[in-house]
Amino acid sequence: MNARALPLYATILIFVAAYALAYSQFPNILSTRVIGNLLTDNAYLGIVAVGMTLVILSGGIDLSVGAVIAFSGVFIAVMLRDTGLHPLAVFAILLMLTTAFGAAMGFLIDRLAMPAFIVTLAGMFLARGAAYLLSVQSVPITHPFFGQLQSAYVLMPGKGRLTLIGVLMLAVFAVGMVIAHRTRFGTSVYALGGGAQTARLMGVPQGRTTVLVYGFSGLMAGLSGIVFAVYTGSGYSLATVGTELTAIAAVVIGGTLLSGGSGYMFGTLVGVLTMGLIQTYIVFDGTLSSWWTKIVIGLLLLVFILLQKGLLTLSARR
Amino acid sequence: MLLSIRSLTKVFPGTRALDDVDLDIAAGQVHALLGENGAGKSTLIKCLTGAYRRDGGTVTLDGAPIDPRSTLQAQELGIGTVYQEVNLLPNLTVAQNLMFGHEPRRFGLIDTRAMRAQARETLARYGLDIDVDRDLGRYSVAIQQIVAIARAVRISGKVLILDEPTASLDKAEVRMVFDVLRSLRDQGMAIVFVSHFLDQVFDLADQVTILRNGRRVASQPIAGLDRMTLVEQMLGRALEDVVAIPAADAAPTAPILRFQGMGRAGTIQPFDLDVGAGEVVGLAGLLGSGRTETAELLFGIRPAQTGTARDDAGPIDLRTPRAAIAAGFGFAPEDRKTDGIVADLSIRENIILGLQARRGWARPIPRAEQNRLADDYIRQLDIRTSGREKPIGELSGGNQQKAVLARWLAMNPRFLILDEPTRGIDVGAHAQILRLIRDLTQGGLSLLIISSELDELVAVADRVIVLRDRAHVAELTGGAVGADAIMRAIAGTGEAA
Ligand SMILES: Nc1ncnc2c1ncn2[C@@H]1O[C@H](COP(=O)(O)OP(=O)(O)OP(=O)(O)O)[C@@H](O)[C@H]1O
Ligand SMILES: [Mg+2]
Repeated sequence: MNARALPLYATILIFVAAYALAYSQFPNILSTRVIGNLLTDNAYLGIVAVGMTLVILSGGIDLSVGAVIAFSGVFIAVMLRDTGLHPLAVFAILLMLTTAFGAAMGFLIDRLAMPAFIVTLAGMFLARGAAYLLSVQSVPITHPFFGQLQSAYVLMPGKGRLTLIGVLMLAVFAVGMVIAHRTRFGTSVYALGGGAQTARLMGVPQGRTTVLVYGFSGLMAGLSGIVFAVYTGSGYSLATVGTELTAIAAVVIGGTLLSGGSGYMFGTLVGVLTMGLIQTYIVFDGTLSSWWTKIVIGLLLLVFILLQKGLLTLSARR
Repeated sequence: MLLSIRSLTKVFPGTRALDDVDLDIAAGQVHALLGENGAGKSTLIKCLTGAYRRDGGTVTLDGAPIDPRSTLQAQELGIGTVYQEVNLLPNLTVAQNLMFGHEPRRFGLIDTRAMRAQARETLARYGLDIDVDRDLGRYSVAIQQIVAIARAVRISGKVLILDEPTASLDKAEVRMVFDVLRSLRDQGMAIVFVSHFLDQVFDLADQVTILRNGRRVASQPIAGLDRMTLVEQMLGRALEDVVAIPAADAAPTAPILRFQGMGRAGTIQPFDLDVGAGEVVGLAGLLGSGRTETAELLFGIRPAQTGTARDDAGPIDLRTPRAAIAAGFGFAPEDRKTDGIVADLSIRENIILGLQARRGWARPIPRAEQNRLADDYIRQLDIRTSGREKPIGELSGGNQQKAVLARWLAMNPRFLILDEPTRGIDVGAHAQILRLIRDLTQGGLSLLIISSELDELVAVADRVIVLRDRAHVAELTGGAVGADAIMRAIAGTGEAA
């Protein structure tokens, strides 16, 4: 098989092995209840990781998404508190805002040939600052429509709840997979990640693709912000600090090369679920401090980076 | 005229790469574009295809003025191009590379199955039957090149431009590609073809244009022209014949390096090889016959699993390139474009890179010494540049290759392996390099030269080893080294003595 898919298989293997290990200790962990929670708890992370995957595949990075999620929550909460707009209208405005914000960053990255790291770092401060401007305190969301969103779920056999936001995440991943693997835009993204110069000579529209990639990441961050607002029922400007890094970790654990051009959207889903599983395990265990999550994720990251490095040298030798 | 170029001018800081060039390309013809390294061929092509914006002049296609701002626009105008510096993306599959921008779609989504089928069908015309779902990077340079050509042919509706497309192809592959090109020409396509292989130019072209220092010096039908005239037009002087000297029939020197039973499973069958001081050993064989593999084995890139290497002092360690370098080995690889250069560093820095790495970075080479070395090689190899501080990425393709060669020569190795040392290098410089190789061996340097150009091997090698199917199958020495004999041994008919 393609060596490119090797990290993906490794990810899946690790996930299954970890799940089996957890299952042998806590058989409950395979219940629909836990699985439902796994999806719900990680919905916002998964959605933003879809955007991040595309960005990283294109050879870039987006550090602004955590701040954009926080901004989104505060924006929704403040708009619902201060205006009579229906939440759906607020969502629409928000998504346009965050998409435009991402696209603007993409435009700068392309036109000024600036490193994505710098531009999106500036974007991170900007979005976080805008969230503070709207409100420093946590703003509760009391709109009844939010209650409906929160209680929208289907009961799975075994009393597990498949929530709206959990389903939304899976749907977003499905869309992400189609975009990445079945559209010309997706191929352009891989092409840019493989080598911008060559891609340009092949006729890849570099400017448009870059703008679209960051615009898409902005859209995903906005959507993730909505999901996070539904999940927490409030908007808080200090929320989701560092989420961009967690998302990057999920993408890398999912087998995508940080240098761009190689990876799979599905891998990111497995990466997100792996991280969620570790957290669940620690909750089940009860004696472990939650900091163990970070340590295990750190170790996993290390393993994957080593794996990627090994694969690179192997394929260089062909 | 299908494509008319008038007064085309392109200026880079310090260089006038194209100066008032006129060119007419007719439909249904193959138009060869010739010139020395750095003459401006690739620049002309890039100005036509939107990779560079021109600084002056007009271009009309089918009577309408065009000024593509990106290669995508040029593609949409019906201009397909194979650029000199390869070309496609190693991280995409063969099918994706081939079909990008023209993928068959269903309901707006790429129809992967149809794409695969079309890709396979296209490649079949070039005699390639490969798994199109694998990453392109997993295939050899030759296959990548054919995919690049096939892609350009697919894209081009009116004009097909090929900048040194055959540099890494063997004879059979060249024939296959030429067959496709001829049939396209007969269908009315205009083809622009850049090559340093004059035989191929005479074989394929209908019309020739010659550039020198960014100016057009001649544009004429090829019928009735001879080789010498072309070369003189290119160089602006006659080429003193250089390499007709038969290999010095020096008495075989005692071997200084002995390789015994060196081999690696799946890569190259175990072989014995002795190399004498100042001896030039040639490696001949088809692509994939194990030539490059032999070189990589000896240089520790893919280290040997069996066998030993020794010199007068005892066994030598060749398990890594680093160890090989320490043992006084050097290796200028075939794929210099990707393996060889650090594009942003200057010519000087690229030349001293290997030497500096061996000395250790803690002991920098004095600047005056660096300058002397760089200037020396720029002169000896005739590297066309405005100065030693120019970033190497801004040199023409052939001149970049000369600079990489200089890096290995500067390291002053005792045993140097050259994989296709003159590929992409113009006729004038070609002769110069062969002469330089001669001089070096007089000084005691031993060489292993891999080349697809049999004449080149005959000209420089004291001994030629022929490979077939990843094994050393024949060895020709002294008087027996001749193009015909090598050819027979490669084909496996009438085993040479
Ligand atoms: N991007 C660039 N920046 C600066 N100078 C350049 C650049 N590209 C080319 N040049 C210069 O323009 C001149 C023409 O280069 P070009 O690549 O067109 O030569 P060429 O005829 O294709 O040679 P070769 O046979 O070696 O490929 C050279 O002097 C080269 O140094
Ligand atoms: Mg060139």
